[in-house]
Amino acid sequence: MMKESIGKRSDKVKNTIERGAVRKFAQAIGDPAPIFIDEQTGAASRYKQNIAPPTFPVTFDAGAIDGLDLPSKGLIHGEQIYHYTRPLVVGEDVYCWMEVKDYYEKNGKFGDMGFLIVVKNGESADGELLFTEERIVIINEAARKGMMV
Amino acid sequence: MNRIADLQKGDSLPLIQLGPVSRLDLIKYAGASGDFNPIHTIDAEAEGAGLPGIIAHGMWTMGNLAKIFTPYLEEGFIQDYAIRFKGMVFLGDVITLKAIVAEKKDKEVTFQVLADNQSDKNVLKGELVFSL
Repeated sequence: MMKESIGKRSDKVKNTIERGAVRKFAQAIGDPAPIFIDEQTGAASRYKQNIAPPTFPVTFDAGAIDGLDLPSKGLIHGEQIYHYTRPLVVGEDVYCWMEVKDYYEKNGKFGDMGFLIVVKNGESADGELLFTEERIVIINEAARKGMMV
Repeated sequence: MNRIADLQKGDSLPLIQLGPVSRLDLIKYAGASGDFNPIHTIDAEAEGAGLPGIIAHGMWTMGNLAKIFTPYLEEGFIQDYAIRFKGMVFLGDVITLKAIVAEKKDKEVTFQVLADNQSDKNVLKGELVFSL
């Protein structure tokens, strides 16, 4: 059932990078640096604007993938991988969608574990790719059985 | 402050030690990130999931780890940032963040990045490519 979701995509969702959201996020990761939150510093920077911390895309809505209903329990976050073509700047619109890149199962010490790889993509209004965020989620056997029901 | 362009293979950026992880840290991160999985904030939910207590969001620690590079963002940007979550972070844990130059090219410096707890157990490990 999980295998069938490989290659499936969500529809694009527009996300606006809001100043207040960036400030709250920077504070929540203990990094309220001027480059993220101070307008003058942003304007004088090489980016001409405040930028968002690299893990900020966790806040973006990238829509939902049909048929991919993950359990709320029994998930382990295994890996997280970002790639950027440039930093994201405050005030810009980013269009995000998700794709299931892969799913496979491995037998480990905790039984059969499922590995789900989901990629969140973000592009500019002109369709230029700005970032990808790849997330590897490990799903334990009990959680997977729950999903079959 | 050193410039990243001046670093050589094996050099480290100044390490950062975080204060003991508090519940409020994780409540703030839940709100700012939108990740309200209750194993990060509510004891009973964490215990129900078989954990000894609430654990930090992996992304909270990964978000913190990137701040080693914040002072250098006028020099370049974080192009790639890949992390493997190796261990859980509990309330009261004291996390130390580290970055060591693993490879240096003209326009790219690759760092090994680490977060270790107070028992020197590695909890996050990965690579970060800083684009000059």
